[in-house]
Amino acid sequence: MIMEVLRSILKKPATNLYPAEKLEMAEKYRGELKFYPERCIGCKLCMRDCPTGAITIRKVGEKKFEAEIDLGKCIYCGQCVDSCLKKALEITKHIELAQLDPKKLKVVFGHEQAGESPEKPSQGAAE
Amino acid sequence: MLASLIYILIFPGFAFLGVFGLFAEFFDRKLYARLQNRVGPPWFQPFADFIKLLGKEEIVPCDANPAMFTLVPVIALSTVVAAFLYIPLWNTTSLLSFNGDIIVILYLLTIPTLAFFIGGWYSSSLFARIGSVRAVTQLFAYEVPLFIGILSAALLANTWSLSEIMTFYNKSPVLALFNILGFGVSLIALLGKLEKVPFDIPEAETEIVAGAFTEYSGKFLALLRLTLDVEMVAGAALLAAVFLPFGLGANPVIGFIFFIAKVLFVIALITLLRTVFARLRIDQMISFCWKRMVPVAILQLLICLILKGVIQR
Amino acid sequence: MHNSKEFKIPIGPQHPALKEPESFSVALRGEKILGVDIRLGYNHRGIEKACEERSYVQDIYLIERICGICSHAHATAFIQAVEEIAHLAVPERALYIRTLVGELERVHSHLLWLGVAGHEIGFDTLLMYTWRDREIVMDILADLTGNRVNYGINSIGGVRRDISPAQVKDVLKAVDKLEERTKYYIEVATEETTIIKRLSGVGVLAYDDAIKLDAVGPTARASGVARDVRRDDPYAAYDKIQFNVITDTHSDVYGRTVVRVKELMESYGMIREILKKMPEGPIAIKAPPRRIPAGEAISRYEAPRGEDVHYVKSNGTEKPERVKVRAPTLANVQAVKHMLKDRFLADMPIVIAAIDPCFSCTDRSIAIEDGKSRKKNVMTWQELHDYSIKWHRERGFDPAEINRKFHKTMEGK
Repeated sequence: MIMEVLRSILKKPATNLYPAEKLEMAEKYRGELKFYPERCIGCKLCMRDCPTGAITIRKVGEKKFEAEIDLGKCIYCGQCVDSCLKKALEITKHIELAQLDPKKLKVVFGHEQAGESPEKPSQGAAE
Repeated sequence: MLASLIYILIFPGFAFLGVFGLFAEFFDRKLYARLQNRVGPPWFQPFADFIKLLGKEEIVPCDANPAMFTLVPVIALSTVVAAFLYIPLWNTTSLLSFNGDIIVILYLLTIPTLAFFIGGWYSSSLFARIGSVRAVTQLFAYEVPLFIGILSAALLANTWSLSEIMTFYNKSPVLALFNILGFGVSLIALLGKLEKVPFDIPEAETEIVAGAFTEYSGKFLALLRLTLDVEMVAGAALLAAVFLPFGLGANPVIGFIFFIAKVLFVIALITLLRTVFARLRIDQMISFCWKRMVPVAILQLLICLILKGVIQR
Repeated sequence: MHNSKEFKIPIGPQHPALKEPESFSVALRGEKILGVDIRLGYNHRGIEKACEERSYVQDIYLIERICGICSHAHATAFIQAVEEIAHLAVPERALYIRTLVGELERVHSHLLWLGVAGHEIGFDTLLMYTWRDREIVMDILADLTGNRVNYGINSIGGVRRDISPAQVKDVLKAVDKLEERTKYYIEVATEETTIIKRLSGVGVLAYDDAIKLDAVGPTARASGVARDVRRDDPYAAYDKIQFNVITDTHSDVYGRTVVRVKELMESYGMIREILKKMPEGPIAIKAPPRRIPAGEAISRYEAPRGEDVHYVKSNGTEKPERVKVRAPTLANVQAVKHMLKDRFLADMPIVIAAIDPCFSCTDRSIAIEDGKSRKKNVMTWQELHDYSIKWHRERGFDPAEINRKFHKTMEGK
């Protein structure tokens, strides 16, 4: 034991100095959801299968839908992505989603700002 | 009068010891972390912790004896600071010195443990009481080898004064090498005194929360933690003075650097020991002290006695 | 407090030795334990009931969250029961992937346990080292499944993600590294004096007692009871893989440590074999059913902590009628009482930790019944809420006010 311990002193610490050094997540890590409104047909299968009711699909016009995702409720299981028949939902590896203001956790993906990722969390929230 | 005040309050008294003690805590924690392949705290962490604790609300439990509860941290801290005044820094003369001061140092260093016992006992928490009983039980186990280890070195020097012991070994450093067993025993006993792994039984976190300190908070906890830090420095300085009498008598600056280096070396050894061991149980600790450490300490005593006979002839 | 006098100390519901709230009331004489009173119920989450109100697809993710360590164990046990009711033939490759994730999970759980055990006996260096090395397997799991803890790999009739040849290589590389590290831990656990001193002879559970108290998993196997669902009642692909059931005759905490580290070595061999034998083919059945025909099934799974039993009853709708979970800790927790008898207080944390307890998996809601009138005192959520606010107000502390202040500060900026 003592040799292993003494050897550690010469090694670089194994600690990752988050948030100063960001960690690269695995390629298919289940992070924040992304919604493509142009592909959505409004079948609402994702709403039906979501374990926590985090996703809401609303009709905003003729064959136009927007999705509201509650990041606070979402458990990042990715079931909605599997349930979607038209691949209108996608999972990204973006994981830094903490917010001080609970209102900012509700993200709406509409037609105007299609594919736009939500507001980046403030510095205070990330720490 | 003014000089004495400066000695007591600034150097080498409270201010110096406080800063050095907190730095020693940082050194200990950083080294501990690096030995475990971690990053460890930044240098100001112990200072920040101390200041933060000073600013926190202190709570005295309803059932506790308020006088005893609040006096204990002050008594504990002042005794270790007092003990330090008897330890020479860069040369062989200390601030206060008389024949027999080494006994006084050892006794002054015992008082914090007794103070923890009283504080834990009067805080009327079950965890604190178990912790304080353990602290005293442990005291009787490590104190004997510590005393034999250090006093056998004094025996060889034929004096009870720390200054004279240092002068003696400084003159003939070869003789200090014969005290290596005593150094080992005292170092391990010091682990018990400082309540560090493997002898952190009185404050075993996973068993009795924080032992005698469980009910302490705010300023009192800050003082108690500072006491342990200063005790670490004082204990390490005592061991360095008795067993590592090198580099003395040169000019004060180099002597002082040597002193710091020696103290940090002893602390590094303590850290290394606490990295590679698991916590013992109280019964195992006592049987280890009496069955292993006391015989080694007595062996050291015999070596010193024989050596003394050889020298005198 | 005389040493001759008996007194009781509360270990839990909140205590540094316990990672989850659970109450152990310990009667002591000096340092000696006279008896332990275990009380469950501090962490009940009502998952079984919640399952009845959700569809099978949603239940997979809910069940997975019963436990943070053996999440795959619970999810697989549940899904096996569902598949049995619906008579679904799960593709071979899916079974292999389930087995693979299951074994990787065992590796991470046992490494975690080793670290926790080190911490409980005051050996934090072991904790830091094992948890550092555990990151290797966590990264592999994140890469394979998409999450470090709640893998979400199971779906009804298969798995959700395939494993690519590049990933196979990564897993094999990680396993080699872990094997080397585990060999070192075996050395540490079996040779370090202070560890052996703290572990051997502690928490003894003799063979007969292990049988009588229905111990499961490594706890039972360390007492010489060769009980392993993977061999006794093979599920997934376990009937096609070679492995030994590790047993030990020490019957104490040391034995449990040895069983776990040896099981790690066994798991590495199994992972290699799974990857070698994994057949090509689909990973899930096409169009999994949403409605499960009426029926009931019991499913057993050897979780890292022991045998996990799930019971599912369906009534032909989209939602199960009853789901019942028996987590391994529930089977082992009574043994703790037996193990602690006449031991020292200092042994308490490690003896509890040695069964690798997971209290929130185990937890049951408890209704305290009045001995004479047989009246149960049950409070609804609202009643409890009101009671707590009243309790605090009487003591000059208004939670509503604090809440308002909190929200103000949060929104203020």
